[in-house]
Amino acid sequence: MRIHTFEKAFLGVGAVLLVLFAGALVYATAAMGVHLPGVAGNVDPARVYQTPPFNTPGVRQTGPGRYEAVIVAQAFGFNPSVIRVPANAQVTFTATTIDVIHGFAIDRTRMNMMLIPGQVSRNAYTFRERGEYLLVCHEYCGIGHHTMSARVIVE
Amino acid sequence: MSAPIVASPAGFALPEAQRRILRWFVYLGFGAMVAGVAHGLAQALSYAGINILPVYPRLHSYYQGLTVHGVTNALVMTFAFGNGFLMLMTARALARPLNQALVTASFGVMAAGVAMSAWAMATNRASVLYTAYAPLQAHWTHYLGLALVVVSTWIATAAMIAALVAWRRENPGQRIPLLAFVSVTSWIMWWLASAGIAVSFLGFLIPWSAGWLPRVDPLLNRTLFWFTGHAIVYAWLLPAYVSWYALVPRQAGGKIISDLYTRVVFIIFLLVSIPTGLHHQYTDPGIGQGLKAVHGFLTFVIFFPSLATAFSVMAALEMGGRARGGRGLLGWIPRLPWGDPSLSAQLLAMLTFVLGGATGLVNASYTMNQVVHNTTWVPGHFHMTVGTAVALTFMGIAYWLVPYLTGRGLWAPRLAVAQGWIYAVGVLVFARGMISGGLAGMPRRTFMAQATYTQPGWKLAGAVTAVGGSLMSLGAVLFFIVLVGTVVAGKKGEGPADIPWSETITAPALAGWEPRLDRLRVWVAFAVILILIAYGPFFLMYHPHLVSKGYRFW
Repeated sequence: MRIHTFEKAFLGVGAVLLVLFAGALVYATAAMGVHLPGVAGNVDPARVYQTPPFNTPGVRQTGPGRYEAVIVAQAFGFNPSVIRVPANAQVTFTATTIDVIHGFAIDRTRMNMMLIPGQVSRNAYTFRERGEYLLVCHEYCGIGHHTMSARVIVE
Repeated sequence: MSAPIVASPAGFALPEAQRRILRWFVYLGFGAMVAGVAHGLAQALSYAGINILPVYPRLHSYYQGLTVHGVTNALVMTFAFGNGFLMLMTARALARPLNQALVTASFGVMAAGVAMSAWAMATNRASVLYTAYAPLQAHWTHYLGLALVVVSTWIATAAMIAALVAWRRENPGQRIPLLAFVSVTSWIMWWLASAGIAVSFLGFLIPWSAGWLPRVDPLLNRTLFWFTGHAIVYAWLLPAYVSWYALVPRQAGGKIISDLYTRVVFIIFLLVSIPTGLHHQYTDPGIGQGLKAVHGFLTFVIFFPSLATAFSVMAALEMGGRARGGRGLLGWIPRLPWGDPSLSAQLLAMLTFVLGGATGLVNASYTMNQVVHNTTWVPGHFHMTVGTAVALTFMGIAYWLVPYLTGRGLWAPRLAVAQGWIYAVGVLVFARGMISGGLAGMPRRTFMAQATYTQPGWKLAGAVTAVGGSLMSLGAVLFFIVLVGTVVAGKKGEGPADIPWSETITAPALAGWEPRLDRLRVWVAFAVILILIAYGPFFLMYHPHLVSKGYRFW
């Protein structure tokens, strides 16, 4: 295959950049503990409020410096609608939906999950700054989608 | 030793019966775009807090309009134009007409599908957006209509493959003309890719919406959708690549840099377009991180042929600019024929695609995706890719294609040049607003004009979005004016006699390993193996949960 020198250089630089970017992502995951949501179990959307931990939505301490926030979404709101968590503690958000697909995104953070009927969504985050954060549904869920939000208060 | 990329350089005229249907495909595509663009303005203004929905007669909601916007622009315009354009390229490249019955059937099936889906959307029975995520449940006619649009592309693929097989039989030992190779490969890739939504729609959503199947599994359908859903963007993009590789060099006065290279790029797209879909589901529950990482890696791989395209196409353009007297490092750029509306629109589409590709790499970036997923960053990104690299290229192609198919000269060519610039500047401003809003967490697919929440930083982003979106709308309207003007008032007999096919610098090799590149069956087999590796673990180990009845929350 005859490849022009400039083309070799161009593609070489491109390949090196892609490898560096991929390396940064591996570093973020392995060394900085930034993870994506994964497999976290199933729940029957018709029986969410009868199934632990969703039978008691809210925040509870699970260990020293560790908390779990259990949240149930439905058109067009989150339960609870005010979520109080401490700063500098690892908060595991465990959430699901009882009806259609909803989004779960906390502004100014990387907390970003889809809530899909039948699936439990889970990811952890540590808030470093106190204050009020906006939790929005960022997937279209119906006519009132743009009214679906909650508040996360970091104390 | 230059070589043509078509079988009969002297010329070839398609029978009028086929030209007519290809014309209808182009009209259907751009007609759908009129409906799609009409509501785009309302969405852009909504981000600035301006609600113009009451202006639209019989419109029930923002989300009904948003559904029409996505379905008509992303599904109907792209595939109607792609069908017509690629069938013409294949027929011209092989210098033989396609099977008339298949061409007619392809159009009839697509028209029927569009009509069904249009009815469901217009009567507010299908306000589920173009992604149609279950368990929001549209009327069954919507799913069936969209399925027919896909079936239409299968019939078009069959017509193209049939012509290629017949040509190969009559020309043993010859290389497939490059233009036919890239056109057929594009639609074969899509044919493989469409398996996901075919299973989802035929197996689940149609029986479910018709009442035969009580419940579906939302995650399974979502995953089947994205099996198709990332490759679909290449199905939109590859017809534009066909133009950039095979036609644009001629329009710019240059030649295709490498026959071999062009084929390799399209083969890589055939191989890697599909096993990348999970990068749209990074934030989904129920899918393991390991498999998400594999798809993330393969998405980085598919970035590579686009890098190669950037080099090859740019080199062909530079060759054209220098042949026209350009000197110095960048002196060839102003010497390109910018006054040709077809070329200038496509050059602007390419420039915009650089930013579209870069933002796409961020989307694909595993953990970083969490910062931008489902924010306005994403539509900011894809209005630079499908919304410009594809749409503006199709408009540019139309500036020679419609005169070619109608025999009428282009009406108001200077207006056509201005149109491309207005649209391109508009999309860059629009995307700047959407991208910055997305980085500040502004959600996509949301009626911001009446949202009950806001954040600092969204206001300016929304205003910029509205300004850019208004310019885009103006650019689109000017395009429709030029198009209708050409069809109605273009000077008869002034259409081009042939398509602007280019030559390659060197002829394709007849001996050695290179002719093996033309064995498309082998590449399809490799593509299937890669798909099985990337998706097999999920579909083999996934236990379906048929838990969701349908909801109509609109």
